[in-house]
Amino acid sequence: MDLTFATSSEIAAAVKNGKVTALEVTRHFMSRVQTLDKQINAFVTVNEKAEEAAKAVDAKIAAGKDPGALAGVPVAVKDLLCTKGLRTTASSKILGNFIPPYSSTVVSRLEAAGAITIGKTSLDEFGMGSSNENAASGIVRNPWNPEYVPGGSSGGSAAALSARMASAAIGTDTGGSIRQPASFCGLFGIKPTYGRVSRFGIIAFASSLDQAGPMAHSTADCALMLETISGACSHDSTSASLEVPKWSQLLKDDVKGMRIGLPREYFAEKLDPDVDRVTKEAIEALKARGATTVEISLPLVKHAVPVYYLVATAEASANLARYDGMRFGHRSSNAAHGDLDDLYSRSRGEGFGPEVKRRIMLGTYALSSGYYDAYYAKASQVRRLIRDEFLKAFESCDVILSPVCTSPAFKIGERINDPLEMYLNDIFTTSTNLAGLPGMSVPAGYSSKGLPIGVQLMGRHWDEAKMFNVSLAIENALGAAKARRPHVI
Amino acid sequence: MSSNHPFGSYEPVIGIEIHAQLSTKSKMFCASSTEFGAGDNDHICEVCTAMPGALPVVNKKAIEYSIKMGLALGCQIRDRSVFSRKQYFYPDLPKGYQISQFDLPLCEHGKVEYILDGKKMEVSITRAHMEEDAGKSTHHGEYSLINLNRAGTPLLEIVSGPDMHSPQEAAEYARTVHKILRYLDVCDGNLEEGSFRCDCNVSVRKKGENIFNTRVEIKNINSFRFVEKAIEYEILRQIDCMETGEKINQETRLYDPDKNRTFMMRSKEEAHDYRYFPDPDLLPVILEEGYVEKVRRELPELPLKRAERFQQEYKIPEYDSFVLTQEKEIADYYEKVVKASGNPKAASNWVMTELMRELNDAKKTFAQSPVSAEQLGAMVMLIDKGTISGKIAKTVFAEMWATGKNPDVIVKEKGLVQITDTSAIEKAIDDVIAANPAETEAYRGGKEKLFGFFVGQVMKATKGQASPDMVNQLLKKKLAGG
Repeated sequence: MDLTFATSSEIAAAVKNGKVTALEVTRHFMSRVQTLDKQINAFVTVNEKAEEAAKAVDAKIAAGKDPGALAGVPVAVKDLLCTKGLRTTASSKILGNFIPPYSSTVVSRLEAAGAITIGKTSLDEFGMGSSNENAASGIVRNPWNPEYVPGGSSGGSAAALSARMASAAIGTDTGGSIRQPASFCGLFGIKPTYGRVSRFGIIAFASSLDQAGPMAHSTADCALMLETISGACSHDSTSASLEVPKWSQLLKDDVKGMRIGLPREYFAEKLDPDVDRVTKEAIEALKARGATTVEISLPLVKHAVPVYYLVATAEASANLARYDGMRFGHRSSNAAHGDLDDLYSRSRGEGFGPEVKRRIMLGTYALSSGYYDAYYAKASQVRRLIRDEFLKAFESCDVILSPVCTSPAFKIGERINDPLEMYLNDIFTTSTNLAGLPGMSVPAGYSSKGLPIGVQLMGRHWDEAKMFNVSLAIENALGAAKARRPHVI
Repeated sequence: MSSNHPFGSYEPVIGIEIHAQLSTKSKMFCASSTEFGAGDNDHICEVCTAMPGALPVVNKKAIEYSIKMGLALGCQIRDRSVFSRKQYFYPDLPKGYQISQFDLPLCEHGKVEYILDGKKMEVSITRAHMEEDAGKSTHHGEYSLINLNRAGTPLLEIVSGPDMHSPQEAAEYARTVHKILRYLDVCDGNLEEGSFRCDCNVSVRKKGENIFNTRVEIKNINSFRFVEKAIEYEILRQIDCMETGEKINQETRLYDPDKNRTFMMRSKEEAHDYRYFPDPDLLPVILEEGYVEKVRRELPELPLKRAERFQQEYKIPEYDSFVLTQEKEIADYYEKVVKASGNPKAASNWVMTELMRELNDAKKTFAQSPVSAEQLGAMVMLIDKGTISGKIAKTVFAEMWATGKNPDVIVKEKGLVQITDTSAIEKAIDDVIAANPAETEAYRGGKEKLFGFFVGQVMKATKGQASPDMVNQLLKKKLAGG
C-alpha cells in the first residue's frame, strides 16, 4: 500500500484490518516530515509522542476494541488548537513555550477517533494574515512552488498536507483561512457553519467568526474529518446542539436538478484569467452533470471586507488582552522596576508581531468611546444585512459557487508590505464568516504557472451535505486533485 | 428632611451600587468552586484564569438568583439580556476584560421600601445586572501576589437612583437590600468575606436646588456602619469645599475606618474607556415564556410585607415585627412558635428575649437552636394552661436549652407542675403567717408594702411552684384576717 498517496479512509481501513499498523503509518509520515519540512517549514512543533499514540491505537486493535473511524490517520493540527502536553504557540512569540494542560475539543475528538496528531503547523500569528509570512517560526513555503506563499492563515496545515507530510489537516477559518490556503495548495477545505464545531481550546482570534475545519485530499476524507469533529460541546455556548449528519456515508455524486447560484458581484471583480477559466470549467462540469445555474445578486458583499476588518479586529483586541505576561507566555525582563504599565507594554510590545499589533490597534479604535457607533455598531448592522441578503439569495439556489480568491498563490514578499492589498485577498471569503454560512474550497484546476486553483462553494446554514455533493461532482468531473503532484513531495 | 438637619443649608444626594455575591456553588462561567477560604489559587481552572482557548459557559443558577432578586426589588426582567465585555488591564483580571452587562441588563426599573424612624422611605432601583468578580491582589512591597479563587465569582450589581439624602438613609437602604438578599437565600451576605460591598456616590447641593453637582464615588465599603460614617465624612468634606470655594473633583475615593476619613484613589482623568461590546462567546440570555412568572410564584414573602402582616395578624408592636423579620429564619421560627402555642404575643416575647439572648451568647443561628420552635410553642402553651408559672418556665427553658428535651418531659421529671391546689397553698400561707407574727402585725397595722415579703416567703415554701395568681389572691384574704 502506498501510504503517501492513500486517502485517510483507506489508511484507517488498512490499520483496522491489520494490513498495516498505526505505528508504521506514523513512522512513514514522520520520516516524510523529517525530510521535507526542511524545505517547507510547515511545522512549528513535531509531536514526540505520536508513536506512543499510534501504539495505543494498535493495542486497542489487538485487544479487539474499535479503534475509531480515523484509526492511525496522521493529522497535522494548526498551532492555534490547544493540545494537552504539546506546545501550542499560535505562531506567536508571546506564547513562547506555552504547554496547554488541556486539549481543544477538536483534537480530543480526533484522538478519540484514533487519529494521530503528527505535529503542530505554522500559521499567520494568531490567525492574522493570508500568506503565512507573519509567523514567529518563519515563512512557510508552498510545496507547489517554494517561491510562493501557501496562503494563510492555515498555511502550515495546507503546506504539510499538500506535501503529504500528513494524511489530513485541521485549520481554522475566520475570514478565509482554511479556504484560501486550500485553494493555493490544491486541497479540499471546509469552514463549516458557525456553531458546528466547538471552539473550546482553540485560541481565539475573532470569536463570532472563528470556526475550525478539515483540509483533505478528497471530498470523502473532508466529510469524514468534519463529522468526527462536529457536534455540541458543553464547553462552548456557541456550539449548536444539532445532530451531525454522517456526511461520509450520505455522499453522492449527484447534482441533477441542483441550482447553483452565481453571484454577479463576485464575477465582476478583476479576476486573474486563470482563476476565471478554472471557475468557468467547474461551472460547465456541474452543468454537464445536470445542475442548473442561477445568477444571483449580493450587492452588500462589497462591504464585507471593511465590515470584517472592523468586527474581527474589535473582537481580537479584547481576545488578545489576556496575553499580558502575568500568568503564562512572554514576560518582558526589560520593564522598569515596579512599573506595571511598562511591564504590560513591553511584554506585549516584544511578544506580538507587527500585524497583530496593527489589528489590536484597529480594533481598540473601533470600540473606543465616541467611535463605537460609527465603526463597530455600524459594522454589526451591515453584517446582519449581509446575512439576510444571503438567506434571500438561497431562496433561489441551493449552493453558491464563486472563486476562492482573485488569483492563485502569490510570491513570498510580494504583498507583505501592503496590508490593504493583503486584506483585499479575503474579498470572496469573509462574507460567509460574517453570515455564519459554511464555505468550502474545492480543487478545480491549475494556473498557467502550474499553481493549483480552487473554487468556492457556499451553502445554507447547516447544509454542508449539499456542498459535499457538489464538491464530489467537481472532484470526479475535473479530477484536478489527482491530476498533478506538487514540486516538493 | 427635618429642619434641624446636621448639614445646615446643604442637602446631600446619595446613590449606592451594591455588589452582592450570588451564593452559587460554582462560578459564573465555569465549574470552579466559589467556596471561601480555600488555599491560594486552589479554586481555579482554564476558564477563570483565562488560558488560551478557554470559553465561558453561563451558570444558570446565577441567572435564576438574579431574577429572584430583581423581582424582589420590583424590577422589570428583560426576556433578552446581553453579556458585554468591560475592558481594562489589571493583573487580577485574567482576561483583560470583565464579563458584565451593559446596555441590556437583566433587571431594571425597580424600587425598595424601608422604614426609617417610623417613616416609610422609597429608593428607586435603576438596574441590577450580572457580572463576574475579579481576583485578589495583595501587595508586599517588592512584589505583589495574585489569588484567582474569587475571579469569576458571580455578582449581582444593584444600582440605586440618587434618591437618598442622609447617611442614615443610605445605611438603612443597604441594610434593607442585604436583608432581602438573605431572605431570598441568593447571597450569604457575609460582609467580612466581601460577599456584600457598597460603592457610594455622594454629592452635595444647596437645599431646594434640583441639580446634581459633581459626585464622588467611595468604593468598596463592607460594613453598614462604615457606609454611614464614610458618607457623613464625605458630605462634610464636600460642604467644606463648597464653603471655601474649593473645586470638588469627580473622583474615586476610599474610606479608611481607622482614621474615619476618605482619601483619593483615582481621579476622573485616569478613568478608563472600558470599550464595552457584546461578548461574542456568550449568546444573549433569552428567558423562556413563563419562566419569570414561575420564579415570581416561588418568591417568599419579603421582610417589610411580613413585618406589616405580623403587626396586623398577630397584633404585635411595630418594633417587635421588625426584630422578628430581620431574617427569614427568625420569622419562620417565630411563626412556628405562634402556631404551636396559639399565643403570638407570648411567642414574640420568648423569641425576642430568652431565645435571642441565648443564641447570641452561644453565637448560634436560629437554625442551630437546640430548642425547636415546636418545643418553645409547647412551653408557652404550658404557661397558658397554668401547668407552669412564667417563673418556672424560665427554669424549664434553661433545661430545654441544655438538654433539648420536650417541656412536658422536663416538667414531669423535675416535678415542676404549678401548685393550683387551694388547700396546699392555704397551708403554706398559714405556716408563713404563723412563723412571722411581727410582720403580720405590721402589715395588718397598715404597712402594706410587706405584701411582697409574704409572697416571697410563700413562693419559697412552695419551691416557686405555687400559682402566683392564687398566692396573691389567697394571701390577701388571709392577711386581711380571713
